Amino acid sequence: MPAAPTSGSRLRLTALLAPPLLWLTLAYLGSLAILLLSAFWATDSFTSDVVHTWNTDNFHELLTTPVYRTIALRTLSIAVAVTVIDALLALPMAFCMARVAGRRWRRPLLVAVLTPLWAGYLVKAYAWRVMLGEDGVVGAALAPFGLHGPGYGTTAVVIVLAYLWLPYMILPVYAALERLPERMLEASADLGAGAWRTLRSVVLPAVRPAVLAGSVFTFSLSLGDYLTVQIVGGKTQLLGNVIASQVTLDLPMAAALSAVPVVLIVCYLAAVRRAGALDSL
Amino acid sequence: MRKRKTSAWRSAAAVCALLLTAAGCGSGGGDGKGGHAPDKLGKGEGKVNIIAWAGYAEDGSNDPKVDWVHPFEKKTGCQVNTKTAGTSDEMVSLMKTGQYDTVSASGDATLRLIASGDAAPVNTKLVPHYKDIFPALKQQPFNSKDGRMYGIPHGRGANLLMYRTDKVKPAPDSWRAVFDDSARYAGHVTAYDSPIYIADAALYLMRAKPSLGIKNPYALDQKQLDAAVALLKKQHKAVGEYWSDYQKEITAFKGGDSVIGTTWQVIANLTKAEKAPVKAVLPKEGATGWSDTWMVSAKAEHPNCAYRWLDWIVSPKVNAQVAEYFGEAPSNRKACAETSDPNHCAIFHADDEKYFQRVHFWTTPIKECLDGRKDATCTDYAQWTRAWTEVKG
Amino acid sequence: MRLSRTARVVLGCVTAAGLAIVYVPLLLVLLNSFNADRSFGWPPSGLTGRWWRAALHSDGAREALLTSLKAGLAATAIALVLGTLAAYAVHRHRFFGRRTVSFLLVLPIALPGIVSGIALNAAFRTVLDPIGIGFGLFTVVVGHATFCVVIVFNNIGARLRRIAPSLAEASADLGARSWQTFRYVTFPAMRSALFAGGLLAFALSFDEIVVTTFTAGPGTRTLPIWIYENLARPHQAPVVNVVAALLILVSVVPVYIAQRLSSDTAGGRL
Repeated sequence: MPAAPTSGSRLRLTALLAPPLLWLTLAYLGSLAILLLSAFWATDSFTSDVVHTWNTDNFHELLTTPVYRTIALRTLSIAVAVTVIDALLALPMAFCMARVAGRRWRRPLLVAVLTPLWAGYLVKAYAWRVMLGEDGVVGAALAPFGLHGPGYGTTAVVIVLAYLWLPYMILPVYAALERLPERMLEASADLGAGAWRTLRSVVLPAVRPAVLAGSVFTFSLSLGDYLTVQIVGGKTQLLGNVIASQVTLDLPMAAALSAVPVVLIVCYLAAVRRAGALDSL
Repeated sequence: MRKRKTSAWRSAAAVCALLLTAAGCGSGGGDGKGGHAPDKLGKGEGKVNIIAWAGYAEDGSNDPKVDWVHPFEKKTGCQVNTKTAGTSDEMVSLMKTGQYDTVSASGDATLRLIASGDAAPVNTKLVPHYKDIFPALKQQPFNSKDGRMYGIPHGRGANLLMYRTDKVKPAPDSWRAVFDDSARYAGHVTAYDSPIYIADAALYLMRAKPSLGIKNPYALDQKQLDAAVALLKKQHKAVGEYWSDYQKEITAFKGGDSVIGTTWQVIANLTKAEKAPVKAVLPKEGATGWSDTWMVSAKAEHPNCAYRWLDWIVSPKVNAQVAEYFGEAPSNRKACAETSDPNHCAIFHADDEKYFQRVHFWTTPIKECLDGRKDATCTDYAQWTRAWTEVKG
Repeated sequence: MRLSRTARVVLGCVTAAGLAIVYVPLLLVLLNSFNADRSFGWPPSGLTGRWWRAALHSDGAREALLTSLKAGLAATAIALVLGTLAAYAVHRHRFFGRRTVSFLLVLPIALPGIVSGIALNAAFRTVLDPIGIGFGLFTVVVGHATFCVVIVFNNIGARLRRIAPSLAEASADLGARSWQTFRYVTFPAMRSALFAGGLLAFALSFDEIVVTTFTAGPGTRTLPIWIYENLARPHQAPVVNVVAALLILVSVVPVYIAQRLSSDTAGGRL
């Protein structure tokens, strides 16, 4: 239980909180504020210099140009799809690792899940590019079933992003499942619940915050990605690409565009915070 | 409680200070002056910061045999720091930081850098090897202003049409294959991923739709831009992917994901070296192309070393090395004698002015029409960027 | 939980299949590092060891690795200090805005890298540049540390939730000074969480590319930046594969050690 404030603890609290908060405010929140503030400026269209005249033209353009809405929606759906796929994959995998596999196996399995995090994001994305190509491994594996590989495009982006962020989902879910006391599951069984019922009424509610915590990663990492799209996206463009293409040319517009993922993610974080997800991160 | 208040107050004050600095900094340039060219060179500053395309400033760290940076450092005592830029836009923004002395800018960046005053005029007398540069590269609209050179030409190349000889028949000789006929290769057409690619569509329209009256693919009024965008949107349906780097283009053509689209000579050569059945041609409409220029920053902290670099990089031997490594036509005519492949200049058409007359080098589109029209307003690069986002949808 | 045999088999299969999919691209990377074909053509046209030789002689890769290690270690060190302080504040004290702190700490990692990247870039340019601090390793470290703090914060926080504050109180009651309590009670209990958090923070920094792109100065090349630059070069892509293959092989060691050290938890939380 956190201690109730006393004057000594208040002093200590200040000493504890001041460095991280100062860092966060100066290095990060200040930067964000500068960026979002610059969304209200204009750009000299020829020189790309920022002109400091206060206006809301960028937001007006953002809201009235249909192509931005299309891109934002596409990005959002990809992020949701990636999150759902990762959750669906991570739940059985983490369950198996934490509850089904023998104790001896847990550590090697976890190492196996974590190791790919070190392989380099770009290298993995390029490996998928090779696999998804016209004469790649995926096509060859599907050919006997009369199927065709997805090729480069939105599907490929979803697959690769889901692949890249999967460990970020497995890790918190595994941690939650491992913490789940065996006696709770036994109690459920003693009360006559079948495995399915136990899963639904005991296990799932217990891992819900962990899944939401993992989703913070899968959702937000997908929402801002622009490199994977360039590698396997074919002709797809996402919010990240548009921001990246505007950064050097028209910083105020890029800043206005950045406001979209910022708003989406702040809303998402606020929503999952209620479910206690941030505590299980 | 007093302590906490103080710290909160202090951080609030710091944020305000940050915001004020942000608001007050950086004045919009745009007067086009951009510093002065020096009359003579002084002692080297011991250091030079360079922005370059990948492969333009090799120091042997990627391939020990490819190194023209260390010899330069040894000769001049100027330590080289290189920042590799991926796109012209990135180069422009890096130059704006004022941390760099020189940049290998392409024509879609040069005018912007001149106009914003980020690039300074260059005193070509201080670059002895300038005299050997092909005359056709001097005093061009993409590297000079009012008769003053704003940089030293480095090399050039055309954006060719490449196709898989086994999949594209009959052999195309016109850009029609990727525009009006693109549906034949639906899902396998590729195009360069940049707003400047709009000029390729405009170039095709110059011939295909003379009624539009396009004289220069970089000088499009709103109506002409709309026509080019409509054409590109049609092409978009057939595009498999847009490319921006070598590797992507090579694997795509090799694997057959792309069968037709724009390319550079060097990519065509490498793809052929990988035993893929491809061919690159300069279509009958001509082509767009790029010509890179080494520019000096108006805020250069190390101008003396920068000038030494400029002279070094266009000296025959180094110019030949870069041209061969990167795969482009060198700008120094004496470089042709120094290439390890004696046919390099022939393959890349380095001294073939007839060939390059058919190439429209990248130039930044600006409001003032580059084709000399006084009665029309042209679309600028910012509009092209937005149009490109629209095209990709 | 009593699972039927079928359920166990199905779960086992799903996990095995999942892991197989995770490793196929990595195996491909490994295989391609021996691929004689320069553009990772499939199937390989032949096997060769020349990329490994080229990679071992690549100064660029070595320097980039060194830069990445330096940036990662510095960022991790800062994150360890700041994250631990914040975790103690939030989990051992009650104050107004406590939940806001954890919310704010998550922001740097939750917001897209490109947004953080351009925000930091704009800020550094307006604030640091005028006082003569250019972009370089320092700016990269600041950027990385910012999003690494939350990782340490979460790891320490999870541990603090599990060890009772009464432990430290007992130590104090037994007459230990606060540094002694820290040295003999608190720190040993935190050690593995610190290690796990630090390792994950380091891994995150080690593979970061977007924020790095916007915060690195001239000549500051971390390994991901080196990879990015070289993948775009036709001559270099196979060498990149070798570096990646090496990283995968070498990384098993620290990950395994982390697992051993923190046997009581999942061995790290994101």
